[in-house]
Amino acid sequence: MTQLADLSTGCSPNWCPGCGDMAIWAAFKNAAVAKDWNNNNSVLVAGIGCHGHLVNFTKITSFEGLHGRALPVASGVKMANNRLNVFVFTGDGDCLAEGGNHFVHSCRRNHDITVVIHDNAIYGLTTGQTSPRSPHGYKSKSTPQGNLDNPVNPLTLAITAGATFVAREYASHIPQLSELFQKAAEHKGISVVDVLQPCVTFNELYTHEFYQNNTYYLDPSFDKTDKEQAFKKALEWGEKQIPLGVFYEVDEPSYEAQIPQIGQKPLVDTPVAKRDIQEIITDYR
Amino acid sequence: MEDIFHLTVGGQAGQGIKATGLTLAKIATRSGKHVYTYTGFPSLIRGGHNFTQVSVSKTSVSGPSLKNDFLIALDQKTISLHASELGKGKGLLYDSDRKYDLSLVEKETALYPVPLSKFAKEAGGSELLSNTVALGAAVYLLSGELGILKDLLKEQFGHKGDEIVNSNIQAAQKGYDFAVENFKDKQIPVLTKEENIAPKIVANGTDAVAMGAIAAGLQFAAIYPMSPISNILAVLAKYQEKYGFIYKQPEDELSAINMSLGASFAGARVMTATSGGGFALMSEGYGLAGITETPIVIVEGMRPGPATGLPTWSGQGDLRFVLHAAQGDFPRIVLAAGDAEESFHLAMQAFNLAEKYQTAVVLLIDKNICEDDQSITPFDASSYEVNRGKMLFEKSDNYERYKLEEDGVSTRTVPGVGNYFIGNSDEHNPVGIDSEETEDANSQMRKRMKKLETCKSQDMQPPKLYGPENADITVVSWGSNKGSILEAMKQLPNVNYLHISWLNPFPDEAVKQVLSKARHIVNVECNYSAALAGLIREKTGIEIADHLLKYDGRPIFPEEIVEKMKGVTL
Repeated sequence: MTQLADLSTGCSPNWCPGCGDMAIWAAFKNAAVAKDWNNNNSVLVAGIGCHGHLVNFTKITSFEGLHGRALPVASGVKMANNRLNVFVFTGDGDCLAEGGNHFVHSCRRNHDITVVIHDNAIYGLTTGQTSPRSPHGYKSKSTPQGNLDNPVNPLTLAITAGATFVAREYASHIPQLSELFQKAAEHKGISVVDVLQPCVTFNELYTHEFYQNNTYYLDPSFDKTDKEQAFKKALEWGEKQIPLGVFYEVDEPSYEAQIPQIGQKPLVDTPVAKRDIQEIITDYR
Repeated sequence: MEDIFHLTVGGQAGQGIKATGLTLAKIATRSGKHVYTYTGFPSLIRGGHNFTQVSVSKTSVSGPSLKNDFLIALDQKTISLHASELGKGKGLLYDSDRKYDLSLVEKETALYPVPLSKFAKEAGGSELLSNTVALGAAVYLLSGELGILKDLLKEQFGHKGDEIVNSNIQAAQKGYDFAVENFKDKQIPVLTKEENIAPKIVANGTDAVAMGAIAAGLQFAAIYPMSPISNILAVLAKYQEKYGFIYKQPEDELSAINMSLGASFAGARVMTATSGGGFALMSEGYGLAGITETPIVIVEGMRPGPATGLPTWSGQGDLRFVLHAAQGDFPRIVLAAGDAEESFHLAMQAFNLAEKYQTAVVLLIDKNICEDDQSITPFDASSYEVNRGKMLFEKSDNYERYKLEEDGVSTRTVPGVGNYFIGNSDEHNPVGIDSEETEDANSQMRKRMKKLETCKSQDMQPPKLYGPENADITVVSWGSNKGSILEAMKQLPNVNYLHISWLNPFPDEAVKQVLSKARHIVNVECNYSAALAGLIREKTGIEIADHLLKYDGRPIFPEEIVEKMKGVTL
């Protein structure tokens, strides 16, 4: 079984003290220990942003690619080896700005992967610019007169685009977040977990205190399979009005489950070999 | 060029011009002839002027021609545009039901009016079958066998049901019978069946790339549609279940290259393909393959740019682009095929190179290679062996993904076998963990770039010299110009041709050896800035002063090369 110590690469996190990424990292490692995610069965794919550093402190085989492109890389990994648990760590800038197109299309394809959005509503690594999650009127280095764009809602976007598991947590709810990661990974199809992650250095609006005061859990009786209700709940945002939990969860065939070529075994389990193309040649006579 | 018969079919997009040309090419091939086709069409699905030239020879043909011996016109525009190419001994087959203006047609041209639309309607209830009626008439006039045409129609339309097959066969028969009745003694010996026919296929460069990839053990390809490479994905998609690989249509070229890299990182043998515009989007992924040392084959089918440019025409303006695309230094292996046959073999080789050197290999082809169907001896992969390079499929203690090695190549592993590593786009230490230390930055860069030297000494092929070793003029070129140059050389005994297919690493010594002995060098390219000549100068110091450059999207024709060579004063 995977122990916590097995997940250490020997590198210490370089996030700011109090950063929500620390909590996400802790929750993920706890989930990995609970579920025995390790170098024999799992892959982490990260984009570029503060979140991406996570791969340096978590000893599970990873791919840290380009800004915005974690999702296509992860989709490729999963199609090539669908035996692997594939986790995507991405930020709101990474996933909703630079990679917005990939987010929409990954959701509609329902790849069997888990997407963790480190949602800090700010560009932290580039020292504090407005992000697609920043509210209208938000003032930052890039919008000193106030943000003219309206924010993107990752939950409604995911539901509309066709994701089959859509959830939200606050980073510092470590035990709940850890459990949510496990549920998301078990789900067959794309799981989008939006994690409210305070940036303690650059975001003075969405602080730990803000989320502690304004979030609440969806009622246990909430029907996760009702798309309209899920959409409605996902639209809620404001004082004492930020719901947490699983908004939407339905059983639909994942993308990988629909590819006959990998119905029996993963693509990479068949060794690469020269093929006889005589049959194709005949079609060209 | 004298023994080659050039016939052109022209009409509007939607009239089945390309299919008609391909059918004629297949009839000729099955009759034992050599065939080269050249297709021109605008970026439209309906309307506009489409044409396919089919050049038929008893001995060999490798390029298009400015001349035409026979014209099949399915619209007025075809007559207006091509009439001047006709004349004595040439023929024009056209729809006699239409009131075409024939005033531009040279007087001595033999006219073959056939009621195409009337027969088409009788056979199948619509004018859509006009091209099939024309095929029937043309087969008689060109001394072909109607049985071969009928076989082809059955093969082509069989999946659409008996009714469609029968109406096509009826249409062909009507055209043929009409020609027998009205054009007796006017037959031209073009499609006459040869004795002892060696079976051949009719295929183009995109067919060849797809077949090469499948033969080489391709496992995953994500390709976004774009002219002129879309046929690659069509062929891959068609055969994926049979051969057990995956073709995926992604949302854009960014996704195409990143998905393919993800699959490669997971251990699959991968490729993607695009044209210049799509490659612009892939540039960041190109560099990602370089620094993460993830193998990938990228096929770039060139058309004239910039931006949308001439989307359905051919160009060679992307050489410098693929040699330098993406920020920073990383080993870019760049190959260029000269025809469909080379496309097949270089595609297969590209997979071995990508995996052996754990980097991106670009295979450049141009639109003419992509789309010009040729009669080809069936591709033979018997001498090919899959080489995946240094790979580890089991757990190894103290494994380092980017371990420093003399040849620049570390042992690759795959996720899921227990070895921890990061495929990292940040500069990294040997394990793959982010590192900005001077020592790691220097040693990792040197390790990666060392691969080009290893590749140069172990795998790079010298350019091929065609024609006499000593010649008055040495032509140097690349890509699809090869076919026209070889065609032109049939009339130019004192010309030889240096064909370059390795662009990076570059065979500088071999190129220098040939060019430094040349009496006069002519560089032939389909771009404005003579990119290959610039590269030759950069790598060998040899400056070429004489160029034949073309950038209107059309191929360089053999006639243009002959004219250029005849104008050279030694």
